[in-house]
Amino acid sequence: MEFSRTFKVLFVCLIVLVIIVPIGLIATGTAYGEWGSDELEEMVGYIPSGFAQIADVWSAPLPDYDFSGGDHETLATQAPGYYISAIIGVILTFGILFIAGRAMAKGRD
Amino acid sequence: MHIPDGYLGPITFIVMYIIMIPIWIYAGYKVQNYLRSRQIPYLAMAAAFTFVIMMFNVPIPGGSSGHAVGSALVAIILGPWAAVITTSVALLIQCLVFGDGGITAFGANCFNMGVVIPFVGYYTYKYISGKTPITSNLRIAAAAVAGWLGLSVAAGVAGFEMGIQPALEHTAAGVPLYMPYGLNITLPAMLIAHCCFFSIVEALVTAVAFAYIARSDPAIIFDYKKEEASTAGTKKNPENPQVS
Repeated sequence: MEFSRTFKVLFVCLIVLVIIVPIGLIATGTAYGEWGSDELEEMVGYIPSGFAQIADVWSAPLPDYDFSGGDHETLATQAPGYYISAIIGVILTFGILFIAGRAMAKGRD
Repeated sequence: MHIPDGYLGPITFIVMYIIMIPIWIYAGYKVQNYLRSRQIPYLAMAAAFTFVIMMFNVPIPGGSSGHAVGSALVAIILGPWAAVITTSVALLIQCLVFGDGGITAFGANCFNMGVVIPFVGYYTYKYISGKTPITSNLRIAAAAVAGWLGLSVAAGVAGFEMGIQPALEHTAAGVPLYMPYGLNITLPAMLIAHCCFFSIVEALVTAVAFAYIARSDPAIIFDYKKEEASTAGTKKNPENPQVS
């Protein structure tokens, strides 16, 4: 597999995006329809019972792109977790399809 | 637009998985058989790019936030079926590792962001571009409209899936079991936030990245004409015809 100049430039752009990723922390509001159970209860006055049953069916290792525990209220305390999350996410997504792509590329010109 | 666990009831999330399974299988088949060798490293790039771009949350008036997805761009460059795969991989990592988007709602989220955006985006781009040269400004405008429309339609679909919950799944007394808001609230909320804000970011990202790739290395672009590719010095590849 050889990499074109365009690929290299785009790869640098990807790294730059990772470097500036804390910009994404400036938005503090929850996206529509992605509220936690406490937010939902505050809005409608109750927690729908079906919601309560499956809302916590999965506990992710890095919930909300941050380390769990500790008081991460400010941008400065959230940034390290956000960086690590961006790096892990890029490595995993890139890695999965890079390996799959190499397997596919075998036997081609 | 990552619907978490608990907002969609079993009727909806099971149906969305049933819709997605053949789409994933067919997309895998298409990508494996028809993607040109030159495009393969870009698959990995596209998934990573989609992952990162979704971390750039944009605040909007009213206290909510959201983000672009990047799937329209991937669909234009690598084709809509490749975008199904790259977006689904990004969503899978977001769901499993970061709890962004539910496990039960994974099928629905893949449909909204990994199918609706790529296909609406790709065909919008194709329709507007027509037979114009790859470097024409019309194509950049087409990419922008593709990004805007793709994300906006996907937001509408996500709003629809959430909004039908109170009618679909409720207790005998009529109390909603999952998403408590109906279509009259979810549809305008999702559409306004996306049409006015996030889809504009999607349009910019799609147009800027497309403009760069179209000028620097058009041969990797999905529907780039064979003749042009061969005059640009690229080897012809009769075994891997372009997907139409």
